Amino acid sequence: MKIAIASGKGGTGKTSVAVNLALSLRDSVQILDCDADEPNVHTLLPLTQDQIQPVFTMVPEFDETKCTRSKNCSAFCPTHAIFVSDQGITFFPEICIGCGGCILSCPSQAIQEGQRQLGVLHQGMTAPGIEVVYGELDVGEPFVVPVIKAVKDQAKNSEGTVVLVDCPPGVSCPMVESVHGVDYCLLVTEPTPFGLHDLRLAVDTVRQLNIPIGVIVNRAGIGDQQVFTYCASEDIPILLEIPHSREIAELFSEGIPFTQRMPDWQSKFRELFQVIQEGIRK
Amino acid sequence: MKELVVVSGKGGTGKTTIAAALAALVSEPVVADCDVDAPNLHLLLDPKVQDTEEFIAANVAVIDPTLCRACGACELNCRFGAIGSDFVVDPIMCEGCGVCEVSCPYNAVQMRERLSGYIYTSKTRFGPMAHALLLAGESNSGKMVARVRELARTLTETTEKELIIVDGPPGIACATIAAITGSSAGLVVTEPTVPAIHDLKRVLSLFQHFTIPVMVVINKADLNLRKSKEIESFCKEKDIPVVGQLPYDPIMYKAVVAGQTIIEYAPNHQLSTNLQNLWEKVEQQLDSISRST
Repeated sequence: MKIAIASGKGGTGKTSVAVNLALSLRDSVQILDCDADEPNVHTLLPLTQDQIQPVFTMVPEFDETKCTRSKNCSAFCPTHAIFVSDQGITFFPEICIGCGGCILSCPSQAIQEGQRQLGVLHQGMTAPGIEVVYGELDVGEPFVVPVIKAVKDQAKNSEGTVVLVDCPPGVSCPMVESVHGVDYCLLVTEPTPFGLHDLRLAVDTVRQLNIPIGVIVNRAGIGDQQVFTYCASEDIPILLEIPHSREIAELFSEGIPFTQRMPDWQSKFRELFQVIQEGIRK
Repeated sequence: MKELVVVSGKGGTGKTTIAAALAALVSEPVVADCDVDAPNLHLLLDPKVQDTEEFIAANVAVIDPTLCRACGACELNCRFGAIGSDFVVDPIMCEGCGVCEVSCPYNAVQMRERLSGYIYTSKTRFGPMAHALLLAGESNSGKMVARVRELARTLTETTEKELIIVDGPPGIACATIAAITGSSAGLVVTEPTVPAIHDLKRVLSLFQHFTIPVMVVINKADLNLRKSKEIESFCKEKDIPVVGQLPYDPIMYKAVVAGQTIIEYAPNHQLSTNLQNLWEKVEQQLDSISRST
């Protein structure tokens, strides 16, 4: 079973929910941290052993001796990453999206499939026995989606495993890639006009993917009632409210998941999980 | 013309609240919301839209079922998993590269322009504003950010203003790179938490990577004074100025609910004084940067 934890707005508490839910379930849980721009799960749940492997994207490799200067590759390239002149081929790898169209369009087999590193994949166990996988985009690289795909490829598909996917903020391609293919999506929001605005965007996006949605209201008590009114009118269940609390914020600041110090919350997260399971069966 | 980009690495640290407060403090700014994925600045600045442009930056493949013979060539060559088992293109996964079009022996694939979102030119009570909305699930936020900044620069020139305040996106990938490259300086909003410090270090190395001047403001500084000190020492070591520390105060949320900047909502509050001091320090930094370049 795969559950995504997403939000639209950043900093609403996605990672905190993912980690605390995992700690409350404990057995057979795997967390995939798909926020490869700024992965944070491992800052709350440090890996006790860390296997690191590079993540590559496909880039063309040119054999100038075979090139007949047809310029078909540069004519095809959707991002204008290839420039062919009589002097030779100039290639800009950082804007190549790795579609492989240049290889297909070359009449003289002068282009081979090569690879370029975009980031790394970390994988390992944590002290509570939860497996964590996270991607880390190399600084300066613009394309994060291939790193997210590499993280998602590590998802355990066995029957009894609960896979929690911690998503990047926003509603564009990295978030969609992270949410794609999950059984359920938890949207974490805060009860403010910012939280509501971005929750709406996230709901619109996740609905396009036909994934059932439940909402968690974090920092309940600040702000106003509009998030509640919106969820009621859209028939979206609010599964959990986490109160605005300086104590929880202070624990977070130290990198401590709050259920470790406030164990009563573990039963609330387990109840949340029961409701999600029922939501998936519907 | 100077351009200050407010970013954070980690989301939810207070970029928009601080960018809006700066817009209220600066005389005659141009503002730009470059968090096109999840824009929020308009909720505080209440822009009156003067002009809307459609943003088309990519294509999407469409397969004509009457011509398709289900040979599978498109599916074999597509590297983005966008061709469904029934040979219908999933527009969300489609990158618009056109590999399927050139692979199809039956000319059943057509590339069509896709609408990624809208770009707005607006007026606010503080000055002109450029902003945008990316449609749900669309890609190309980097290109859209570049377009919003270009529009903000044009607005700055036509209205003879001198400073653009950019509310940037979270993260360090394409949208953030598009928001900071070529700007005068970045203002990174962080908070004294373990995850935010991790993200701060990554976003600061992004500025270093592109050699763009940067300064740091610690929001919610009193939430964890020890961690705030840790940020200060880190920045000192890297020779990055910390231009302000703001207290952790739920009045921030109240101002957001009221749809106002902190400066308007609570002009006599400590937070407004801190923000005023922050702006003075930022202005000094911007001046010294422009003198040195």
